[in-house]
Amino acid sequence: MNENLLTLQGVHTHIGAYHILHGVDLAVPRGQLTMLLGRNGVGKTTTLRTIMGLWRASQGRIMFNGQDITASATPQIASMNVAYVPENMGIFSDLTVKENMLLAARWARHAGQIDEKRLQWIFSLFPAVEKFWNHPAGKLSGGQKQMLAVSRAIVEPRELLIIDEPSKGLAPAIINNMIDAFAQLKASGVTILLVEQNINFAKRLGDTVAVMDNGVVVHAGSMKALAEDEALQQSLLGLAI
Amino acid sequence: MNKSDFDWKPVALVPVLALLVFPFIGSPSTWITLTVAGLAMGMIIFIIASGLTLVFGLMDVLNFGHGVFIALGAFVATSVLGAMGDYTGSSSLWVNMLAVLPAMVVAMLVAGAVGLAFERFIVRPVYGNHLKQILITMGGMIIGEELIKVIWGPLQIPLPLPEGMRGTIFFGDAGIEKYRLIAVVVGLLVFGVLLWVLTRTKIGLLIRAGVQDREMVESLGYRIKMLFIGVFVVGSALAGLGGVMWGLYQQNVVPQMGAQVNVLIFIVLIIGGLGSTTGALIGALLVGLMANYTGFLVPKAALFSNIALMMAILLWRPQGVYALSK
Repeated sequence: MNENLLTLQGVHTHIGAYHILHGVDLAVPRGQLTMLLGRNGVGKTTTLRTIMGLWRASQGRIMFNGQDITASATPQIASMNVAYVPENMGIFSDLTVKENMLLAARWARHAGQIDEKRLQWIFSLFPAVEKFWNHPAGKLSGGQKQMLAVSRAIVEPRELLIIDEPSKGLAPAIINNMIDAFAQLKASGVTILLVEQNINFAKRLGDTVAVMDNGVVVHAGSMKALAEDEALQQSLLGLAI
Repeated sequence: MNKSDFDWKPVALVPVLALLVFPFIGSPSTWITLTVAGLAMGMIIFIIASGLTLVFGLMDVLNFGHGVFIALGAFVATSVLGAMGDYTGSSSLWVNMLAVLPAMVVAMLVAGAVGLAFERFIVRPVYGNHLKQILITMGGMIIGEELIKVIWGPLQIPLPLPEGMRGTIFFGDAGIEKYRLIAVVVGLLVFGVLLWVLTRTKIGLLIRAGVQDREMVESLGYRIKMLFIGVFVVGSALAGLGGVMWGLYQQNVVPQMGAQVNVLIFIVLIIGGLGSTTGALIGALLVGLMANYTGFLVPKAALFSNIALMMAILLWRPQGVYALSK
């Protein structure tokens, strides 16, 4: 079995007239949490959307679990047990929390068919999901919506979780909850690719790291090594962790 | 949504409008007659508009050719009912239904099948471009009208009500045409089925989610294009059913009838909030009532009244009465 669950080789992405990704090379090791770091506008979100097939790679190759998914449609990629939480969380605000969860449980026709054991595990990670089960998702706070977005992504067992800035705009206490939840997910063996601006978040969770600049990955290695090298942090991110 | 969270204000607009015009009409019996006529007209418009609002909400497609399915349904009904004269001539409503129900089913099947082809060859090439959608779907409607003329001829064809559906039922002094009551019942049935599908089934859940954020629905692993084709076909079939109802309501059909009803449908969708089924029902009832009240009170203002109603609603809620979160 390949030790990398996901690899991108020389991926270019154009959005209209704009050339956003200029040959991204990225490896996401199986069973690890990979942080994708970089300043605003360097192409992190575009990289995630290109992996999911929401934007088409104009050049290069994306391999998932040994399969070439470069030209695959988004539903096909998602069906390979890849879950995606976008930056805006993608919550269906006119639906209830229960209905949001039911949609993500693809084989369940009603809420009673969602795996009860897994649901209880999710409730233990994110109690707000249980508390507001029958409430419209649009009425939740930002933190609760983020919890719902992550819960929805893990309502079925996934091989890869792709999450875009889960801590954005959240209160520190909620961020700590989120870190605990990701630590548990990681311990369960799920591979996670996470875009994050919150450096503490990255330092506490990341196994491996890739740093992007101007549409390419300019550094890849272990999170621990980056966290210990202040000069490297300054040169890559313009700040010290 | 919890019952307590449901926004009842738009629903209240229907009785409020009816009560507001009562003093101007004066006679309670005339008011009842006009109100039931308005509700019946509104229900038929709702049947036609319900599919279109989902098509717009789900795929952001402006289908100005929806009217062709209305005309098609009505013309198919002339053929089916014409061949079942023994049943339509009976004074028994139940015997009449043995002809009207097959006419409805055949009209829905034909309109649905043509809808499938319409989506594949006319709508699919112009996804994401509203201007092209408007132009090409209007062109599609013109071609559809011409094909109807080729098959059924360019002239008006009478579509008389079956014997058992004619006549008036009196409640005190208020006379209510039987067919209008039937239209209200059919409209309520369609609304009930749509509401059940949308709120109680996984397909309905996917449609509601797709109306809000189709990209996220795809990211969850669902092929929304297949869902859209299904909704387009059902929407076309419902327009065909609406065409049968509208043709029987007018008691004649012309190839241009779809284009004539199109304006009313878009007013309904804009009032209701694009993509909202409940909004389409409220919009249709308001338009139906307004058309009948102004037709009686100020006939010269009848055409303008629904535009004025739409403007008033948009001043109150610019996204329509039930704006969807996008």
